[in-house]
Amino acid sequence: MVLGATMVAQHVAFGVIAAIVIIGALRVVTTNNVVHAALWLVGVLAGVGASFLLLGAEYVGVTQILVYIGAIVVLFLFGIMLTRAPIGRELRLTARNWPMGVVVALPIAAVLSYTLIDAFGADHVGDDTRQLTATVADTMFESYLIPFEVVSVLLLAALIGAIVLARKE
Amino acid sequence: MLLNEFLLLGAALFSIGVYGVLARRNGVMVLMSIELILNAVNINLVAFGALHHTVAGQVFALFVITIAAAEVGVGLAIVLMLYRNRASIDLDQVDAMRG
Repeated sequence: MVLGATMVAQHVAFGVIAAIVIIGALRVVTTNNVVHAALWLVGVLAGVGASFLLLGAEYVGVTQILVYIGAIVVLFLFGIMLTRAPIGRELRLTARNWPMGVVVALPIAAVLSYTLIDAFGADHVGDDTRQLTATVADTMFESYLIPFEVVSVLLLAALIGAIVLARKE
Repeated sequence: MLLNEFLLLGAALFSIGVYGVLARRNGVMVLMSIELILNAVNINLVAFGALHHTVAGQVFALFVITIAAAEVGVGLAIVLMLYRNRASIDLDQVDAMRG
């Protein structure tokens, strides 16, 4: 009984999250206002973070909120500000040949959906998929220590590269 | 929960991101669409990790988040350079190498 109620709650929560993510993503790629696009992006990223929580990935979910909404969206807003995009409606945000985008994206969606339903139609992720943050940390610093260090070097390289690119001569 | 719920959400997000990359002409908007694509990948990684009861998927999702942060930093620096050199970030006008 309790388990059944939990499953219903999970499905309702997933439906709400999926609706937020899909609507937000559509608005990100169709809105005529750059700042609004960044704010819709916040909704999408928060929804994805919530779906991580629903999958029991608490550490990834919190990191998603911290890094994406806390840092990356702010970077985007700075980029919008520094490129002096008009803060309002702008009619030239979408290219003239946008129907080609639809022609490419719709078949991708159709093929992916067909393949996924065909391959994983009946797979369940289980009722309790929680993974402790301690387990994530142990795995990262045991099995994936070298990739972790490489990623930190990559971050340093990106930092230096961004400074070199953006600095005035 | 069905695995496919998450995978189809990821597929939809990926397709919307692909549309955004192709249809937008503002450099910052294209970078936002790339973020949508990376998030779709992260959903898949975490969902498959949950399916197989392993944390490897979460670890790779964390790596992807890190690399996305680096990518946005460099990408926005490139867009700023573009703006400084051409006073516009309209990608339709960046055709200096057109054959």
